[in-house]
Amino acid sequence: MKEFLEGSMTVAKSVALCRPGVISAYPITPQTHIVEELAQMIADGHLKAEFVNVESEHSAASVVLGAEATGVRSYTATSSQGLLLMGEVIFNIAGLRLPLVLTDANRAVSAPINIWNDHQDTISLRDSGWVQLYVENNQEAMDFHILAYRLAEDKSIMLPVMVCMDGFILTHGIEIVDVPSQEQVDKFLPAFKPLYKLDVDNPLTLGPLADPDYYMETRYAIHQTHKKVLKLLPKLTMEFAKIFGRSYDGLVEGYQLKGAEKVIVAMGSVCGTIKDVIDQMRQKGKKVGLLKITCFRPFPAQAVYEALKNVPKVAVIDRSLSLGSFAPLASEIRALFFNKTKRPKTISSFILGLGGRDITMDSIKQIFSIISKREVDNEFIDLKPELIKENYE
Amino acid sequence: MNNSVYSPGHTACAGCGQSLAVRLVLEATGKNTIVVNNTGCLEVFSTKYPESAFEVPFIHSLFENAAAVASGVEAALKYLGKKEQINVIAQAGDGGTADIGLQALSGMMERGHDVLYVCYDNEAYMNTGIQRSGLTPLLAHTTTSPKGSQSWGNLRPKKPMPEIARAHGIPYVAVASIGFPQDIQRKVKKACSIKGPKYIQIHVPCPLGWQYSPQQTIEIGKLAVETGLYPLIEYEYGKLTAVRKISPKPVEEYLKTQGRFKHILDKPEQIKQIQEIADTNIAFYGLRIEEQPAASAA
Repeated sequence: MKEFLEGSMTVAKSVALCRPGVISAYPITPQTHIVEELAQMIADGHLKAEFVNVESEHSAASVVLGAEATGVRSYTATSSQGLLLMGEVIFNIAGLRLPLVLTDANRAVSAPINIWNDHQDTISLRDSGWVQLYVENNQEAMDFHILAYRLAEDKSIMLPVMVCMDGFILTHGIEIVDVPSQEQVDKFLPAFKPLYKLDVDNPLTLGPLADPDYYMETRYAIHQTHKKVLKLLPKLTMEFAKIFGRSYDGLVEGYQLKGAEKVIVAMGSVCGTIKDVIDQMRQKGKKVGLLKITCFRPFPAQAVYEALKNVPKVAVIDRSLSLGSFAPLASEIRALFFNKTKRPKTISSFILGLGGRDITMDSIKQIFSIISKREVDNEFIDLKPELIKENYE
Repeated sequence: MNNSVYSPGHTACAGCGQSLAVRLVLEATGKNTIVVNNTGCLEVFSTKYPESAFEVPFIHSLFENAAAVASGVEAALKYLGKKEQINVIAQAGDGGTADIGLQALSGMMERGHDVLYVCYDNEAYMNTGIQRSGLTPLLAHTTTSPKGSQSWGNLRPKKPMPEIARAHGIPYVAVASIGFPQDIQRKVKKACSIKGPKYIQIHVPCPLGWQYSPQQTIEIGKLAVETGLYPLIEYEYGKLTAVRKISPKPVEEYLKTQGRFKHILDKPEQIKQIQEIADTNIAFYGLRIEEQPAASAA
């Protein structure tokens, strides 16, 4: 049924449809509406689950870790500092191979404190072993949470999934969303049957000490399992399409790539703005396109290669930084073309929208204009020169 | 049928008080128990892959989060309708409890989870090499509170963890000692019969960290109790309901058994400071035989 929904309400409805048994969270802007709505659903008897109000994000992640290890589908949501405070637990959850799902309302990282949107929080945890999916709009937020549980709990995967959605822009933005029925979700996402759990009838030791004779293989196993995700996720989205009537590639989405001479690569809600710019420019005969990365971890190198190998000029938008080095998404795009004969002539890297600075249609047009003339690296768009006090030349 | 809950063959040091206490605790809770463990000596010596001493379900996550993980285990069991039949035990050392894990423990107690939290108190970070914790006693030598020409060792008395737990208004708080094994099991069984958060702190001497020979663990544990330095008490719903009465021995009898106090044994002023701690305990809890506790009036 189509509803006019705030992004946070959309996520709460999606998570409730997935029937979690334990939810734990600590409040942080802009994640709060999601967990408030879930708490209300439980208070009103619409969702049967235990809601654990904890004293920190570290404990929120630890509570859902314990619940998931006991064999119960669980959920948490956070943002920015909250995700960083969870950081230690985030790595631990992946190492324990617990198929949790977490929503991160993407927000900038302090200092200076800033509650607005960029991707620095989740990008900083890209190496944790979690699958990371970045959504473009509220419909994707609805659908990718359902996909996330199905993917995470697949017996060949057993890895946690982080659904990354832009704080405020999506969490507090209102759009028309097609809300699936409980029957549809139940058909796609069966009850959680864990491969292993804390069970008095079959006692297991989880989280043992692994010395140098055993540790490395556990990391190899997670790394190899990420490769399986790249094969499984597109299959799951095909199955999803049959039940829900909406189709996704799951890994990447190409927009106006046919014959495109200039392509922007980006993640998250900015892709909507980019599509509008492309529509305008295509009407004027400009051969421009977009490659949206949905799945950042595992990184879909082959899919990106196929999409970009014949594109002469590529621009990569990062909404985070690897301070002192190359931008995170741009360096991955460049790395995958190493030693390839078919490859873009130029791959430029742009930094936009940090700490919630607006990314306008003009910002995007500026990028297309710059890459027509030259290849740039770590080029900041929409900087305010009057606020820069020192000379860095 | 194998009735063991905690098997021998692990790699704890000879005379390890903590390992003895773990066996006693788990024998008392029985097979229907899920154990959640903080990082520390115990997890390292008992669960080195591919072996495990635990024959009950066991999970180790991180150093500071056993109370939170146990909260999640309990919430999941409640969701499954299985909580009534299963004991959830969170266990940690003194550093994992009183320092890095205190926030998570406070949250677990405040939220009222039906979990028994056991702190095995060996009075320093033994796993990393005997560094000072919030439960290291006054003037003890550790590697980060060393005795020296300008120092008598640890500058602060023990953090009053049982009182902190009591202040949370939880149904049961107890202090036990490896010197009194049957008392540990009685308290653990009592805790398991009570619904809600329970806190038990067990004094577990460490031969390596305290510098004594392994065969003295039980005797040293007893001396800590008999001098008044480690009062064995029980609080039920905030009220002091039981103490182990003693005819107090002077604290030197306890201090002289351990290398960590060697530097103060001929220093009357320093011994006096420690005797004052014992005397305060004796008065506060009414430990002396035929004496009423001040704590019950507090």
